[in-house]
Amino acid sequence: MLSKIVRTVTNEFMLFILVFGFYIIAHGHLTPGGGFQGGAVIVSGVVMLLVAFNSQELKKTLHERALSIMESTGALIFIALAFAGIGAAFFYNFLVGTPIFGRIPATGPNPGDIWTGGVIPLMNFAVGLKVIAGLSAVVLAMALFSSGEEIEE
Amino acid sequence: MRKVVGLILLLVLVAFLVWGVLLIHPFGYPDASDMDDYIIQNAQEETGSNNVVTSVVFDYRGFDTLGEATILFTAVTGVLLLLRTEKRRKEGS
Repeated sequence: MLSKIVRTVTNEFMLFILVFGFYIIAHGHLTPGGGFQGGAVIVSGVVMLLVAFNSQELKKTLHERALSIMESTGALIFIALAFAGIGAAFFYNFLVGTPIFGRIPATGPNPGDIWTGGVIPLMNFAVGLKVIAGLSAVVLAMALFSSGEEIEE
Repeated sequence: MRKVVGLILLLVLVAFLVWGVLLIHPFGYPDASDMDDYIIQNAQEETGSNNVVTSVVFDYRGFDTLGEATILFTAVTGVLLLLRTEKRRKEGS
């Protein structure tokens, strides 16, 4: 566990990293970014927590089982959205034109509207959930493994 | 004998690689394809997404993204299988 200054700064910065990551995920259909990138941003915040506090401390709040369930939920939502358009084709964007995320922007450059994109924003959220949970679980497992080795020897 | 065969195979491989390098397009002048033009013209209308890259990743080429997600899932499963500490300790003690 690092000094109190590092821990305090980490606690304050984690909020901004979370907001920025969710912004990148939520605006994946308007600006560069998306589920994978925003998830990686949030996981970088988790790595920062892991460095500031140690892995044993972080294990009390981030449970491996909960992370596994979260990742599987993301994958299931993704595949379910893909199968939902199977009437026309696998991965058919069936929400375009409907009231849910269905507005169609003008062709060419425009300021953008969050309520567009059909199934794409939902898929971004599913993939973001999956990346956050999966990479967090990987980083946490590696940290716990290395610290466990040190304790045992 | 094995060395001679290896040398011949190596020369054939090098010849193919050099041939491939010579056939690369000049830098900055990619081949125009109909699909690029189609996606640039119609992506906003068809998918409603301003970010055309995202519309390709999640709509036109969604199947590739499914594979990408599967790779991530497999990697996480493998790491958790190999590095899970709790069960190992219980069996050890």
